[in-house]
Parts: sequence; C-alpha cells; structure tokens
Amino acid sequence: MSHPPAPLRAPLEIEFDYTRSLGPVLSQFMTALADRRILGARGADGRVHAPPFEYDPVSSDPPGELVAVGPEGTVVSWSWMPEPLEGQPLTEPFAWALIRLDGADTVMLHAVDAGSAAAMRTGLRVRPRWSANRVGSIRDIACFEPCDGRAPGGAGPDGTSQVSAGLDEASQVTAGMIITPVRLHYMHTASPGESAYLRGLAEGRLLGQRCGVCGQVYVPPRGTCPADGVPTHDEVELPDSGTVTSFCIVNVGYPGQRVTPPYVAAAVLLDGADIAFQHLILGCDPSDVRMGMRVRAVWSDSGSISHFAPTGEPDAPYESYARHL
Amino acid sequence: MTEAAVVGFAQSPCGVREDATTSGVEMLVPIFAEVFGATGLTKADIGFWCSGSCDYLAGRAFSFVSAVDAIGAVPPAMESHVEMDGAWALYEAWVKILTGEAEIALAYGFGKSSGAELRRVLALQLDPYLLAPLWPDSVSVAALQARLGIEAGRWTEKDMAEVAARSRAAALANPRAQVSGEVAVSELLGRPYVAEPLRAHDCAPVGDGAAVVIIASAERARDLCARPAWITGFAHRIDSGSLGARDLLAVPSAAAAGRAAGADGVEVAPVEVAELHAPFTHQEILLREALGLGGGVTVNPSGGALCGNPMFAAGLARVGMAAQAIMSGQAGRALGHATSGPALQQNLACVMEGR
Repeated sequence: MSHPPAPLRAPLEIEFDYTRSLGPVLSQFMTALADRRILGARGADGRVHAPPFEYDPVSSDPPGELVAVGPEGTVVSWSWMPEPLEGQPLTEPFAWALIRLDGADTVMLHAVDAGSAAAMRTGLRVRPRWSANRVGSIRDIACFEPCDGRAPGGAGPDGTSQVSAGLDEASQVTAGMIITPVRLHYMHTASPGESAYLRGLAEGRLLGQRCGVCGQVYVPPRGTCPADGVPTHDEVELPDSGTVTSFCIVNVGYPGQRVTPPYVAAAVLLDGADIAFQHLILGCDPSDVRMGMRVRAVWSDSGSISHFAPTGEPDAPYESYARHL
Repeated sequence: MTEAAVVGFAQSPCGVREDATTSGVEMLVPIFAEVFGATGLTKADIGFWCSGSCDYLAGRAFSFVSAVDAIGAVPPAMESHVEMDGAWALYEAWVKILTGEAEIALAYGFGKSSGAELRRVLALQLDPYLLAPLWPDSVSVAALQARLGIEAGRWTEKDMAEVAARSRAAALANPRAQVSGEVAVSELLGRPYVAEPLRAHDCAPVGDGAAVVIIASAERARDLCARPAWITGFAHRIDSGSLGARDLLAVPSAAAAGRAAGADGVEVAPVEVAELHAPFTHQEILLREALGLGGGVTVNPSGGALCGNPMFAAGLARVGMAAQAIMSGQAGRALGHATSGPALQQNLACVMEGR
C-alpha cells in the first residue's frame, strides 16, 4: 500500500479592522494624545495611573478629572527587539520598555528608539516622539527616545518630530472611536480527507469516505465520523449528480461577491452520499429552484465545480432526502 | 457535596506538526482512544465534554466546533468550550461533577501553535486600546518581566539557565516532550539573546499538541482507576488586564489560586510533586515563590512547558502529569498549575492526592 501524499498546505492571509468605541476615559486620553499631551488618573489610594484606569482598581469608581503626566519618563524595565515584527512601532531594532512617566506611579509599555541595546538601561530618561499624523490613538506616540543626545530618529530639541504644533488634521480624530487594523498570516493545512477531496476535484472526481461503524458516506471526507468519533478510511467515489434538499435565494450583495444577486445557494445531496454540501445552483431562474430538484455539476476548466445546474429529470420524491434535511 | 478525581490522562507528542489541521481532530482522536483504552470507557460514558482552544491560533472563527468531530456527537453530547487553556475546561468539568450534573467528564485542550507566528498572534491577547495596536509580542513582554526580577536581585541569567538545563534533563524521561537533553549551564549562557535578557532556552518552544483528562465522581472513580488522583483543592484567579498597573514580580493571582487550592501545604500536607506551567524560565522561579513551594518539592519532572508548550493544552497537560504521578503511585500529593495571558496574568492550581 502506497504512502498517502502529504496534506495540502497554503498561505492563509487574514485581514480585518477592529473598530472600537473608547468610552469616556480613554476618549479623553486619546484626544489628548492627538494634542501631544499624556493624561493619567489619580486613584483612591492617591496613586496616579498613566495610562488612566477606566474604573479605580481600589474603589471601582470612575476617575475624576484626568491629570497631565510626563511627557518625559524613566525606563523601569526593557527588552531588546533585534528583528521587529510586522505592525510594531519601529522597523529598525528597538527596545520595548516599561516607562514611568513623570508624575505617574504605574508604567506604560511602549517602544524606545535607542539605536542599540548598549544605549538602553534601566533609569534611562526618555521622551515621546510624536507622530506627524495623529488621530487619537496610542500610536500618536510614534515611540519614545532618549532625552540626552540627539535621538536616532532625528527629533527636534523639544521632543517632537518635524511637525507643526497642535493638530495637523483635526478632522482625522474620530472622537470616541479607534480603528485597529489586524493582519495575520497563517500556513493553513487541509486535513488528509480534505486534501484527497481537493486532489480528486482537480481530476474531475468527487471523493467521499464511508464510516466503518455506521456506514454513512461523508463528502467531502472528514477523516473522522462525526457520529462515532472514529477515523474513516474507506474511500468512495461519487457521481456528480444529486438532489437539492434545501435552498435559499441570495438577494444581498457583499464585498467580493462573484455572482450577481439574485442567485441560489443550495444544499446538494450527491447520489450515494449521506450528507449534503452547499453549492450554487445556476442555469435556471432562481424562482424555478425547488426542494427535490435534480441537478448535475458543471465543471470549470480549472479543475473544480463551478456550480450545479438542473438536469431536467423528474424531481426526487421527498422521502428520498427527508432524512438529510 | 460529592468529590471528584482524575482517572485518566493522555497527551499527544509535542512538536511542529505540518500535517495537522487547526481543528485538532488529528491530534485528538488518538489520545481519546488512548485514554478510553486505559479507563475502559467509551464516548457513551462521558456525561460532559469541555474543550479549551483559541480561534486566533486556528485563524478562523468558531474553530472549536470542528473539533467536536473527534467526540462523535451522535446522539447529541453535553458540550462546552472555553477560549482558554484546557485546564480551565477541566475546572468547568469539575464543577459539573460537584454539582451532580455529570458523573464522568472529559476535558481536552488543543492548539496548533505553529500555524502562524505565535509570539505575534499573542499580542492580540493584550489590552486592545493601549497595547495591542503596538503589537508587543509575548516573548518581549516576558523579557520585561525577566529583567525586572534580575535588577531586583530576585534571580540571575544563570539561575534562569539552570531552570532550563534541569528541565531539559528531566524531559529525557518524557517521550512526549519536544525538547530534551543534557546541556551545561555555561554553554547555554554563551548563546545569543532572543529578546534580551531572554535566550532561546529561556522560552518555551513553539509546538503543536493536545491533551485530555477524564475526571469522575467518587462513586465512579474507584471502578475506573486503581489509584485515582482525588482533587482536594481547585481554584483559579486573574490579575488586572492593565499590564502597567500590575506588580509583575508578585503574581498575586498565582498566590491566591495556590492558597485557595491548598498548594502551599499550610492547611494540610505539602505536595511532593508540582507541575508548573512556566513558559519562560524566570516564571518557574516566580511561581515557586508565589505558590509557596518549599525546596523539597520536585518541580516539573516532565520537563514542564519549557520542553513542550502546545498552546491551550500545556496547562491541562501539567494537571494531567501531576495526576499521573499520583495514579502511578510515585507521589502522594501533587500540584498541577496552569497559566494564561501575558506575563502570568491568570493562574490555576489543582491539588490532588492518592488514598
């Protein structure tokens, strides 16, 4: 028996924006950042938290009027980032640091553009380097930089980047909201069953698997019987004809949609299968699609199924697919 | 109130599994079979199932639903999930036993940590307003904690390397470990920094894996296991989500969970074995102190998370390995510990004894 080929793998890129409301405390904090000011909150125990808390960790009360802190501060701990990762504040090697801003009792985490690890030390005095384009985000602080000496990033003597004072584009500050883009990169692995199915499609074949315990045929193969929890090994080749067991008419557009609404998404039960799968029904008016309609796969040139289309055969009797609804 | 005991444990080998999907099914089916074989149970005997996993590792929403294929949920099973390490799933299962809703429960955890760059994905567990937009990676955050301890005189880089060397040597006896071997501390200290002051040996390896633990009520436990690991204390606590407001050298949540579970042995006898979920060397030192473990306690005879840290399974595996020490007769009392979140933010302690 030949060794099964390795599962198929492919990059999976995921990208989305988190849009979050800030609430009253962080709204003040972020709006102040856009104005190159850093705010903290004084707690019931007298300690100043910077960034501010939303609810006092001792009394659970919301903070009173926020107080100005910094903008300079002292490094309390640091680590060195020799190869910065995507999305981090700097693209050249930098330090992560816990920074106690002047007037604060807690620390904030941010990046320090120190040039080299040798230039970093606990106790180092640092100041913020402000972003030129400030929108009311923690990234309005581009990074921190050492107070003494000329900073590697070429900031001006007052700790600002080469930008004019105040807001550059006040209209860009969306009060009360922040948008955080997220980009993640995966190497996705298809299961052995999925891989066999996909390889079969490329050859114009539809492959499923039969459970050795209950005898049900699953397509695409799942590798494990979801009813019995046992591995499935028996491969079954299925015809490309089947029955619509249920369907809906899609009338809503969305980004990336490849078929113009209205169109039909249906559960198709292949002949000989025990589980329906979802596919498109094209080649007829959506209003003509019905439960029990007989359909056949229309294959694309690229080795996959484009959609299913009606065969014109008489409808399958309800009893033949009722168990699969 | 009834009591509960661990009666079975299994874990997959830990390592980078290019052939495994993020659904965990391929890693779970063999260890379910292993633990059923050891206990004589079948899926029909399990009254409650609970899993721990994370969509961010899988790169897709509701990924744990796919793992239910490994259960074989026909007829429908009573099932739950935590977006946490499987040790917290075990806690939920324990509550189900104590409240009488189930007699036998199975907790599992699984993670394909290698699907994406783990240390970067874990930035998303941080405060979403003030930290996550900066993408601070998990190794760098741990490094900030390590330096705090070094500069406070709590430990040295050599102390940290000694933890790594001891763990790797212990893991030689653990066939499921990802990393093991005899290595000199001086050699480790000669290697480059990954995130100063952390070197590679200070950080758990990135590995994929799964673990499963079965617990049973007092009425059932003795029939299923010659020497059940009776749970005498089980607790979990969390510290503030504000990283900068935490005392990173105190780990109050570990101390509180340990006290509540009786890990320090003040109320009853001390534990002989402790499996600590410390993904970084300095965190083992912190946890020993926070949990009040004396010098006589054997820590991480499995090699611990430093020798295999499948995300969302490694904490459950610590509890399972501690239980195994009792079920095998090697220990009378044992502690299993699990952590979650940045720099030991959340901690769980499970104390077990043999009778």
